Amino acid sequence: MTDKPILDDTSRAPVSQRGYVIEKSGMDDAIGGKVTINIDGKDIKIPLGTTILEAARSLGIRIPTLCYHEDLCVAGVCRICVVEVEGQRTLQAACGYPVTAPITVKTHTRRVRQARRHILDLMLSKHYGECYACFRNNNCELQTLAKEYGVDFFRFGHPEKPLYAVDRSSPSVIRDMNKCILCRRCVRTCIDLQEVGVLEGHGRGADVEIQTFMNKPLGEVICINCGQCINRCPTGALRANDPTDEVWAAIDNPDKHVVIQTAPSPRAAIGENFGLEPGTALTFELNTALRRCGFDRVFDTNFSADLTIIEEGTELLLRLYKALVEKDASIALPQFTSCSPGWVKFLEHFYPEYVPNLSSAKSPQQMFGALIKTYYAELNKIDPKDIVTVALMPCSAKKFECNRPEMCDSGYKDVDYGLTTRELAQMISETGIFLPDMPRSDFDDPFGTATGSGVIFGATGGVMEAALRSVYELVSGERIENIFEHADIIPVRGFQGVKYVELTLDKIGPVPDLLKPLVPNWDWLKGATVKLGVAHGTANAKRVMDDIKAGGKFSECHFIEFMACPGGCLGGGGQPIPTSPSIREARAKAIYAEDSVYEIRKSHENPAVLKVYNEFLREGPCGHKSHKLLHTSYIERGKYIS
Amino acid sequence: MSPSHTGELTFSTVKPRVGLQAALDKGRAGIVAEVSGSGLKGRGGAGFPTGVKWNLAAATVADEKFVVCNADEGEPGTFKDRVILNRFADLVFEGMIIAGYAIGAQKGILYLRGEYSYLRKDLEKTLERMRTEGMLGERVLGRDDVSFDIEIFIGSGAYVCGEETALIESLEGQRGEPRNRPPFPVNTGYKGRPTVVNNVETLAWIPSIMARGADWFSSLGTDKSKGLKLFSVSGDVERPGVYEFPWGLTIADLMREVGGENAKAVQVGGASGYIVPARDFERHIAFEDVPTGGAVIVFGPHRDMLQVVSNFMEFFVGESCGQCTPCREGNVKLLEGLRLLEEGRCSTRQMRELCALGETMQQASKCGLGQSSPNAFLSIVKHYGDEIMGRTDVIV
Repeated sequence: MTDKPILDDTSRAPVSQRGYVIEKSGMDDAIGGKVTINIDGKDIKIPLGTTILEAARSLGIRIPTLCYHEDLCVAGVCRICVVEVEGQRTLQAACGYPVTAPITVKTHTRRVRQARRHILDLMLSKHYGECYACFRNNNCELQTLAKEYGVDFFRFGHPEKPLYAVDRSSPSVIRDMNKCILCRRCVRTCIDLQEVGVLEGHGRGADVEIQTFMNKPLGEVICINCGQCINRCPTGALRANDPTDEVWAAIDNPDKHVVIQTAPSPRAAIGENFGLEPGTALTFELNTALRRCGFDRVFDTNFSADLTIIEEGTELLLRLYKALVEKDASIALPQFTSCSPGWVKFLEHFYPEYVPNLSSAKSPQQMFGALIKTYYAELNKIDPKDIVTVALMPCSAKKFECNRPEMCDSGYKDVDYGLTTRELAQMISETGIFLPDMPRSDFDDPFGTATGSGVIFGATGGVMEAALRSVYELVSGERIENIFEHADIIPVRGFQGVKYVELTLDKIGPVPDLLKPLVPNWDWLKGATVKLGVAHGTANAKRVMDDIKAGGKFSECHFIEFMACPGGCLGGGGQPIPTSPSIREARAKAIYAEDSVYEIRKSHENPAVLKVYNEFLREGPCGHKSHKLLHTSYIERGKYIS
Repeated sequence: MSPSHTGELTFSTVKPRVGLQAALDKGRAGIVAEVSGSGLKGRGGAGFPTGVKWNLAAATVADEKFVVCNADEGEPGTFKDRVILNRFADLVFEGMIIAGYAIGAQKGILYLRGEYSYLRKDLEKTLERMRTEGMLGERVLGRDDVSFDIEIFIGSGAYVCGEETALIESLEGQRGEPRNRPPFPVNTGYKGRPTVVNNVETLAWIPSIMARGADWFSSLGTDKSKGLKLFSVSGDVERPGVYEFPWGLTIADLMREVGGENAKAVQVGGASGYIVPARDFERHIAFEDVPTGGAVIVFGPHRDMLQVVSNFMEFFVGESCGQCTPCREGNVKLLEGLRLLEEGRCSTRQMRELCALGETMQQASKCGLGQSSPNAFLSIVKHYGDEIMGRTDVIV
């Protein structure tokens, strides 16, 4: 299983940067399927087409890399991974050399060491390294290599002062080209991994720069703010727009009531920032740490994730009812999820004609913000203007989302600041707290209780699984466990780029109280087959959208979950650096493990959610008040920018 | 054409159609065998055996294949391909048809250097004439199993697009940047299909090899460099121009022919080639000794070698595609070193470091551009160290 998009003929990645993939015969054990090579005196038998780098790594031999990234196609441009291949006149880039014959490789000869040192020195001659003032200090691949290769002076010089103005135009991603070493990982991330294509090399020779279209500020181009480029930049050239100063100021202000909501993905990953292995969730340790940092209340975004399921699920049932029973041809189907702001902007730019298909339900972050400044404020008799809502998210696009002008339905800015996992880890370090050592504590009321359904929002397929658990039970009156053991809906899990699932509703039950005002009965759904899709990473989203446009099987779907980032939110652009398929896999495991221990694992059974419908959103899901506070609208942006 | 010759090149003595007809009679395997047997090596400079290239492309199974004629003649000091295209384009096109038949391609593309776009009109006319004469299009020379046509693509002026994988990127509409090799174009080239990329001169020789046979061709030249070669001679000589000589002649012989006997040095192979000082003029021009794609730039006794090499380095700084670190940054550092030399401020230690950097660039650059751009620098430092370091006031 892989979450890389398949590079087919529709891919826009330049061939020069795709690397070489020899089709594996699938018969590695057959004669000729494998080849024995020798690296630094050690023999290893590898399948044909394995690169020298992969072979060396499996032998435990370290070959340094910079432009290489496990998630990206091979560029072979930084040349730091060069090695000697016996019989070859020149040194070969280990990352881009697929082995097709027995060869002898030496990875650290004098020639190799000299070349690597020169390449590093050349990079440093253009890299404005202000290491102590850089957010990547001690987590920078260039810095690490400089140490590893004993760089003790700048033999080809060093920039005395920055040459480029830092581009702070985007609410999500800041670009500081003074630190760029032109490895083009961001270019490949944008065009190949995500197929957005905002960044490209411009100019020739020493004048090459990574630029946007016409060198416009990032905030003015079709960047979807997914921040995947940040996660893959080896240096500090790309970073998220960091509001920690403002958050500290709010905490320090005694007149402000500062509340924070934490999403499941950061909790499953923040341990990495404190040196833990990927896949250690620190949800409850984090609660304690946040209180010690000075946050007045700590809430669980899972609460509003459950709320999202109810609103979005109800919206889906209403759309189906209108389309199937009332034969309303204006109803747009399939309904698309809207909780990933990167995906939403991607759709607004590239498929604006499908804006009506987006669920009008806000994302959990924004729903929570709107409720905190209304329901919570009323309940606790706090003037909403004194409330500052902070959201801990795995996401850089959430910063853009909370700044969308539509997101002020409470009468104030619903969510004031979006913090990434990295930024919060920084704040915690600043208070002298070592997060893993914190005692565990619970979330605050009135939103305290969460369900497992909210937790799994963090992984691709999670929203779909949560929605299925609830919709199935609300419609059939049966327990989902009758058809999926432990309520684990395995078919929608996993990292395949695109998933397609069908579910037949054999039984129908009575309409539950919550939905009685909306539909008279479920008779029209009896025996119906619900068709569902899941896609993560905008490259995969593009495949699905193009299939819908062409009238393929996804056009017959009823509901499709889209996530902008590979792996879903757990692979978000605000997560700890580095990222790789195995790191994302570990985070997913942590998330599903957390889900399995919850007593309540279905959104519609969340007592806090039901309480909100009883006390505040009295007209029920998709009622007037929830429409005002919990739903939103979108913009047909198009991809042409002025 | 050079005054010392009749204006007729050896390959042009073969009549139109004769080579093509002979090739079609030989069959596919026969053509590849003949080209392999002739020992013809690529005339663009790299000297890869043409027969091997065709054989690899012919052996690759694909639904579509391509023949590309590399007419992106951008090496400073080279202008032989322009002369060939101007006067013997039909032979080049015949060579492409033969290559296409041999490897199983039905489409050829002439990648014409942007600066040569004025040739396009005449080239199109030639193609049109060949179509009406039945040499291009469906049923070439009446053969049901042979169809081939050629289109012209104009480059945009980047030197690096002479590198075959960058050329293919450019053809596909991308930035002209070299690809990782492997895969080689004979397996995965234009549009991901097997593609043979040959130099203009290489293809121009094909009809005569077909007509006269491999033995005739391989009887000319040296052991490892077969046949005759065109040279673009420029610089401080009495008779600059395009000359044809067998491989293996000495530089001194060549200087006598072109009137450059008192030359101080000769740059063989253009900007990316090596400088040969007068004391080495008995060396032979051949792949096994002093290789060249055809450029011979002659420097008279009054030339300042520091200026010569600065000029070359300026060229490479501007023409590096900027993709890989050694070439993008390395050329700049070499040029900076030369500037210091001009001011007499480059220490011998710094010079040693730059020479080591030059070696790194030769070893570690991604494509032939960066691998050969330090050649001139290194050979001038080697042979004219005293002259260029002579200006140094401070030696550490």
